[in-house]
Amino acid sequence: MPAVTMTVNGVSRSADVEGRTLLVDFLREKLQLTGTHVGCDTSQCGACVVHMNGQSVKSCTCLAVDADGADVTTIEGLANGADLHPMQKAFREHHGLQCGFCTPGMVMSAIDLVNRNPSPSEGEVRHWLDGNFCRCTGYHNIVKAVMAGADAMGGGS
Amino acid sequence: MSGNGSNGTGFIGASLKRKEDARFLTGRGRYTDDINLPGQLYAHLLRSTVAHANLGSVDTSAAEAAPGVQAVFTGPDMEDVGGIPTGWLIHSKDGSPMVEPKHPAMAIGKVRHVGEIVAIVVAETRDQAREAAALIDIDYQELPAAASLEAARADGAPLVWDEAAGNLCYDWEVGDRAAAEAAIDGAAHTVSIDVVNQRLVPNAIEPRAAIGNFDPTTGEYTLYTTSQNPHLIRLLLGAFVLGLPEHKLRIVAPDVGGGFGSKIPHYAEEAILTWTAGRLARPVKWTSDRSEAFVSDTQGRDHISTATLGFDEDGRFVGLKVSTQANLGAYLSTFATCVPTYLYGILFAGPYTTPAIYCEVEGVFTNTVPVDALRGAGRPEATYLLERLVDKAAAATGIDRVDIRRRNFIREFPYQTPVALQYDQGDYDATLDLALEASDWDGFEARRNEAASRGKLRGIGISTFIEACGIAPSAVVGSLGARAGLYEVGSVRVHPTGSVSVFTGTHSHGQGHETTFAQIVAETLGVDFEAVDVVHGDTNAIPFGMGTYGSRSLAVGGTAIYNAVQKVIAKGRKIAAHLLEASEEDIEFADGNFTVAGTDRSKSIGEVALTAYVPHNYPEGLEPGLEETAFYDPLNFTFPAGTHVAEVEVDPETGEVELVAVTGADDVGRIINPMIVNGQLHGGLAHGIGQALLEHCEYDDEGQLVTGSYMNYTMPRAGDLPNFNINHNTTHCTHNPLGVKGVGEVGSIGVPPAVINAVVDALSPLGVTHMEMPATSERVWQAIQAAQAQD
Repeated sequence: MPAVTMTVNGVSRSADVEGRTLLVDFLREKLQLTGTHVGCDTSQCGACVVHMNGQSVKSCTCLAVDADGADVTTIEGLANGADLHPMQKAFREHHGLQCGFCTPGMVMSAIDLVNRNPSPSEGEVRHWLDGNFCRCTGYHNIVKAVMAGADAMGGGS
Repeated sequence: MSGNGSNGTGFIGASLKRKEDARFLTGRGRYTDDINLPGQLYAHLLRSTVAHANLGSVDTSAAEAAPGVQAVFTGPDMEDVGGIPTGWLIHSKDGSPMVEPKHPAMAIGKVRHVGEIVAIVVAETRDQAREAAALIDIDYQELPAAASLEAARADGAPLVWDEAAGNLCYDWEVGDRAAAEAAIDGAAHTVSIDVVNQRLVPNAIEPRAAIGNFDPTTGEYTLYTTSQNPHLIRLLLGAFVLGLPEHKLRIVAPDVGGGFGSKIPHYAEEAILTWTAGRLARPVKWTSDRSEAFVSDTQGRDHISTATLGFDEDGRFVGLKVSTQANLGAYLSTFATCVPTYLYGILFAGPYTTPAIYCEVEGVFTNTVPVDALRGAGRPEATYLLERLVDKAAAATGIDRVDIRRRNFIREFPYQTPVALQYDQGDYDATLDLALEASDWDGFEARRNEAASRGKLRGIGISTFIEACGIAPSAVVGSLGARAGLYEVGSVRVHPTGSVSVFTGTHSHGQGHETTFAQIVAETLGVDFEAVDVVHGDTNAIPFGMGTYGSRSLAVGGTAIYNAVQKVIAKGRKIAAHLLEASEEDIEFADGNFTVAGTDRSKSIGEVALTAYVPHNYPEGLEPGLEETAFYDPLNFTFPAGTHVAEVEVDPETGEVELVAVTGADDVGRIINPMIVNGQLHGGLAHGIGQALLEHCEYDDEGQLVTGSYMNYTMPRAGDLPNFNINHNTTHCTHNPLGVKGVGEVGSIGVPPAVINAVVDALSPLGVTHMEMPATSERVWQAIQAAQAQD
């Protein structure tokens, strides 16, 4: 089995994996980072979004070996101790989550949007979130949260 | 204590941020698939690939020999186990009980829908289990399928069950047929409609999962499962399927990622995983993938109806008759039988005074995935039919769509409908007025003209509706066939230093109970919000409960908690009276303090709690401790109501429908947390809009699911929806002490007809009078072409 080494949330992690092991399974099962979720098997729902080298990827659609040498950030790596990332705070403030299952992917996706586009319009937020499903919120408060989070991030982190 | 349950501390009615968010936002939620037990094995469930077949040989030998495999079981291995039960017995018109075939956990002899479980393979890893399952050789001797309502009710249709002639499970009715038909026959005008309420897939974003465990030293089974109602699962699984006593069966429903009805039923997987764990004496885990969810989660809706409404010269409704066929799927899921009957037929008065109403429903077996509750559950189907008929009546008479609704509103309460319900309270004019103002209804023609200048067809639609939720009381639902009570349980444990643990039999899977229920307790007990935690989802921690569905949690579960608080206060009053050397009758309780009336002598709830646990100076004969439990069985349903308005623009070239505005004016009863209530409304609206414009679960004639993934089942995405304009006008429920109603299903009930009425309004200049859901661009384009061809 190939060995992979990657930096996950600032810590170097190594493990032997099968070639077919998906990044999301590596994170959830090898590293017990269960904040990253799996909601579908066709790369549509976005519950599994993490950052690889600073950009959002669907970790159900990457092999763990594809992330060899990469810098990976998951939802567990966003907060600084008890101090939440501005996007996490914005989701709480604006009730941008209900059951919480899509939330990690939403937050990771939203941060990547703001990194690329520091002041997205509502339409740009809705378009960007095309790859993230939420069944609870009707997206109304997620969109509000992302725009507030963008403001709080002050033009990208 | 005032009648509205408030001590005036300001927690009730405040948009407090949610307690549960901290863990969800940091990846520390604990969903079933996040749990791994020592020594855990993994299960793969092999499912039928055909909709209807006799099962010939099922050869598992190669799978059993595959690497890592610990066991393979098939239907006959579980033959001695009870069938998966149904929660509601429906009687047909002639008094006969519904046809209720045994539902084996795994197929025995026959498969009846794609996705039915044929075998479980248990291995050391998930991949090993999946790969071994592929080695099982099944001889499917295929039979013709009855894959739709039309096919199942046709002459000579293949039978899903030999004992169900014509594939009929029941032929139910409610209301007075003769009176309704006489009223319609004598009416000045009538309109009729044929509508399809299409099948939907619930699609909670968390796929279902289950972990069975067995401790041979204690004989105790534990099941972790993605459920909305863990005690109900314990009851059904323990008493009916596996024959396990309650004290040896623990059900844990940890964080659950959305339910929408699809996590109510007791599923075969829960029985199989628990039973298998017992056989192997090791934990066994199963996690559905999405493709599997599409063929194994219960689905929703799927009605075909025809209805006639009679009305007089002034547009006043005089009679309504509805005939519906409801698809139940191949097996009767837990609440499958009551959704198209007691949650459907009884809604047909809506907010209107129609004096004669009759509804008949055929429950039909088909070779499709079982159907059960989906957000709204019966009430969206009824509301859609009724509100489309009302618009047709307006069009037929030339009476304005708003006026015809207003002319028929119920204004005197309590109001007894001709279809069993008694509404306690409501103000339908108020929500209608609010919606018209908030949507700028009167300014619409200018917007229509402006859109026309851009080549777009703009339409506006309205729906005025009631909802019945918090289904109750137990004695009544029992008399109608329910096999369980519909009360709820709340326990309030005041700890020695004054912090509080609250235990609820409801389950939160997005609704924010940990916050809302803490607000109720903080307010009524006069303690800090941060001092209250809510526990749910574990049958070993919580006395009992019926769970969360039908928008019941606040009205039924919240009231149980409120009543438990009242018991705590009553006991605290005795303790305070003793400490203050006063008579119990002279003690007043407010803002967390027991005070001798007319004095400044008082003891706080914290002091009283400490005394209860350190009872050195204590009333004679009173038990120590400060913990109370209440079982609350409501006197009636609650009746939220409202008006929804939708505005659309249609591109006549492509048929594309853009939903440009949605306005809700809702009466959901007293609001505990406006932020959470509005979030529930948003979600329900999105679900209803999904039904109106996007979602459609479709099978082919052989019973193969055509829309079996997110590639071809259209989920609402952020870009499909507008922001929602939410408004409230509140009347209080008269029969619970908090005055609360329910909110979780309002959007999915009220908005679909508003959207379709708007689409029909947009297309009406072309002569289009009807549109089925979902109003996809293809369907709208076809309607436009057909209308133009007639010109």
